[in-house]
Amino acid sequence: MQNILVVQSLTKKFDDFTAVNDISFNVEKGSIFAFLGPNGAGKSTTIKMLTTVLKPTSGEISINGFDVLKEQSKARESFGIVFQDSSLDEVLTAYENMVYHAVVYKVPKKERAERIQKALEIVGLCDRWNDYVKNYSGGMKRRLEIARALVHFPQILFLDEPTVGLDPQTRNAIWSHIRKLNEEQKMTVFLTTHYMEEAEAIANNVAIIDHGKIIEFGTVEEIKRRTKTKLLEEAFLKLTGRDIRDDNNGSNKQKMMRGLGRMR
Amino acid sequence: MIEIVYILCLRQLKHYWRSKARLIGSLGQPLLFMIAFGYGFGPMYAIASGGASFTDFLAPGIITMAILYTAIFSGLEIIWDRQFGFLKETMVAPISRTEIMIGKTFGGAIIAMIQGLFMLSMTYLFGFRIPSLGSFLMGLIFMFLIAIFFSGLGLTLASKMEDMQGFQMILNFLIMPIFFLSGALFPLKNLPNAINLISKLNPLTYGVDGLRGSIAGVSTSFGIYNDLVAMGALSVLICTIGIMLFLKIEA
Repeated sequence: MQNILVVQSLTKKFDDFTAVNDISFNVEKGSIFAFLGPNGAGKSTTIKMLTTVLKPTSGEISINGFDVLKEQSKARESFGIVFQDSSLDEVLTAYENMVYHAVVYKVPKKERAERIQKALEIVGLCDRWNDYVKNYSGGMKRRLEIARALVHFPQILFLDEPTVGLDPQTRNAIWSHIRKLNEEQKMTVFLTTHYMEEAEAIANNVAIIDHGKIIEFGTVEEIKRRTKTKLLEEAFLKLTGRDIRDDNNGSNKQKMMRGLGRMR
Repeated sequence: MIEIVYILCLRQLKHYWRSKARLIGSLGQPLLFMIAFGYGFGPMYAIASGGASFTDFLAPGIITMAILYTAIFSGLEIIWDRQFGFLKETMVAPISRTEIMIGKTFGGAIIAMIQGLFMLSMTYLFGFRIPSLGSFLMGLIFMFLIAIFFSGLGLTLASKMEDMQGFQMILNFLIMPIFFLSGALFPLKNLPNAINLISKLNPLTYGVDGLRGSIAGVSTSFGIYNDLVAMGALSVLICTIGIMLFLKIEA
């Protein structure tokens, strides 16, 4: 199987804190890959580095054969991304958002209308194409973002918590769109999610990251077998411990204490 | 390149057109200044200058004001985009930061030009007349350069800022001295040396001087072509600085 994403010895340090510590993994073409971990484990930092938002301290990333650092534009053309927080322009209509994307991703003018329509069809938003995004519901915004990420025909789609903050029906609908995309368009999907049962249901391969290190990698079945658990959620808890994490890692805590000192 | 600059401009124009409050609000203040200063100081100016028309002196200054305010505040767009997440969409696209900076600068400048032209047509009601088509075209060039410079300045400042309130505070702090010490409202000839020096370091001084020289036919302090070179060079400089800062933005 061909690898669409290759990550080697990826590390990111913020001052004296290491958020991502020398991780390596591959994502196979055409698979659905779930990248899981507790809050503050290094998930977001990793996804930011993979999508050229953050520069790694060291290590190598290649997407579709392009070095993310050296061939940035080519790498950027190769992936689509749906960020955790909305990144739509709410003053524009859905269609205008799509056109903006098509132009900045250099989609040929002749193909734009057709590609946009097709992408909107995949997520079932064809009848609302001319509405202002500010009038969309949370689930519709998410679907529109997925459609937008498809317009330039990416080789891999990054989805950072695509179902967070949505009701069960909408979450269900979004996953079925994603599965359809993977099966019918052979789209490789890289996703993060907090919902273990959703990851278990959809992912071919799973990586679990904690404290900046990948602590488990493999198919859902392999992980469950190795940890002697019945559900991915149990395996996850067994691997990462049951203590509650928040986003305040050590260095943030120090920063906060320094900030408090200043306030006094 | 051209298409990317075009889509960035088009988006800004749509924002502008869909926000009627911004459209009307940014014209209110210059109009107020035109009325208050025009009628308030007009007679005094006429006596002091031996019969010259204050409207001819003031109109280019007020047009400049409309452009200055709209252009510099276009930097808000970037902070707005960052807060609402749209900046990420632009920043991970396979386009260069240079294209983004140029597109946004032009977008802001075009909107400022529209405001300036609207203000120009308002001054007609106050009796301001442009002598010839040639001087109108020259005036357009100056209006455009003022718009480019201050749009670039607004974006350059915004690239370093995160919060809207802070940006607005800094702009208000900057705009007032830039405007008052540019010669837009009163002649700079008889000012004390220190203030005269500051006004010569003020980019807007050359914009106002050139615009006044071209559309009002009033004699200029520095010469229209010197003004043109100064404004052109400053615009290029600020856009270059802006591009360098844009390269460092992490979405």
